[in-house]
Amino acid sequence: MPEEVTSLNSPAERFNEETLIRRVREGEHELFYELIRPYERRVYAAAFSILRNEADAEDAAQEAMLKAFKHIRQFRAEARFSTWLIQITVNEARMWRRKEHAHLIEPIVDHEDAEGNYVPRDFADWREVPSETLERKEIREKLVEALESLGQIYREVFVLRDMHHLSIDETAKTLGISTASVKTRLLRARLMLRDLLAPGLGGSWSTRLHFAKGTKPW
Amino acid sequence: MVVNCEQVWQEISNYLEDDVDPNLRAAMEAHFRECDRCRSVLDGTRNVIQLYGDERMIDVPLGFGHRLQHRLGESLQPTRRRFLGWMVAAAAAVVVAGSFELSRSSVFRQPELRSKHAQPGNGVPPEMMVVVSSGAKIFHVSGCPFIHDKAHVRTIVAREALKQGYAPCVRCMKKYLQAHLASPHSLHDRRA
Repeated sequence: MPEEVTSLNSPAERFNEETLIRRVREGEHELFYELIRPYERRVYAAAFSILRNEADAEDAAQEAMLKAFKHIRQFRAEARFSTWLIQITVNEARMWRRKEHAHLIEPIVDHEDAEGNYVPRDFADWREVPSETLERKEIREKLVEALESLGQIYREVFVLRDMHHLSIDETAKTLGISTASVKTRLLRARLMLRDLLAPGLGGSWSTRLHFAKGTKPW
Repeated sequence: MVVNCEQVWQEISNYLEDDVDPNLRAAMEAHFRECDRCRSVLDGTRNVIQLYGDERMIDVPLGFGHRLQHRLGESLQPTRRRFLGWMVAAAAAVVVAGSFELSRSSVFRQPELRSKHAQPGNGVPPEMMVVVSSGAKIFHVSGCPFIHDKAHVRTIVAREALKQGYAPCVRCMKKYLQAHLASPHSLHDRRA
């Protein structure tokens, strides 16, 4: 289960972030990159999850960071800075997608929540995820491939909640949907990914992995 | 409270979010102890969350940070250098504004055309009666087949039409416009 985390774990780091924000606002613009550097991976990933194209994601991420700089006076301290950056990035990437790819037709499942309950497939146990799993590039590629196969509405919710650790409320606000829709889409996204990945990660892809038997990583 | 598999699947995400009431949680846990399939779904869903929540999942293109820093550097130049740029821009703005005011004076004033693609009415006799319609940008000779919005036309003199920003129809006013090319005199010359 994702926890409410940020890249800045200690109070000292958070204090440093607040100081940087204040100094940038006061005119030390050259400090802005230092302020956003801890989040650049997450910003890129947020853009990529929507645009699914490296070049577009990079351009959109850059534009989003420029917008963040221009509007930094509008940032309110009650929100997390990382969440604010990701919200700007998601909006920018969505706008980018509308502008650049208006001709593309998303699958119909992207436009409305599918009706009926999702029935997860019946697989043998997939209980263990050793830490080194993600060291393998081919495994990461399989995970990205599975994520990309989801419909846009499921992918967006999953990425914000489970990859960027936004809260349910923050995810709903960022995407402009209700918290009930976030929960429904999140459930489907998680179950669909489990169904896509379990046969491989629970079996054939992981045969070369050294499982730490009896150890649950969570 | 007892729950079946379907109910468990619908709540499994909320269960992992710790967003179910204590009674339901207890019922689900009792179900997991008895049901291999639901336990497998629970474990698999946890695995998904754990794997994708790992920072290593995010592959960033090589040089992304450097390019981002460069792009920001271009836009976020130090204030002192930008101040000079602002001063130059401000000076240019003053010059442009001055020119604009000069052009608005009666001596230099030209009619503002409704369409930037329209031709000025040089060569059209200033007292000639022409037809305009409020929704269009062109004035015509009465009876011209290219008049738009014929229900709202009115007749005025060409000088007034030009003053209001209408441009001559290149079809029905063709002879005046062509004649102007061969003549040094024009409506604007005479008005000035």
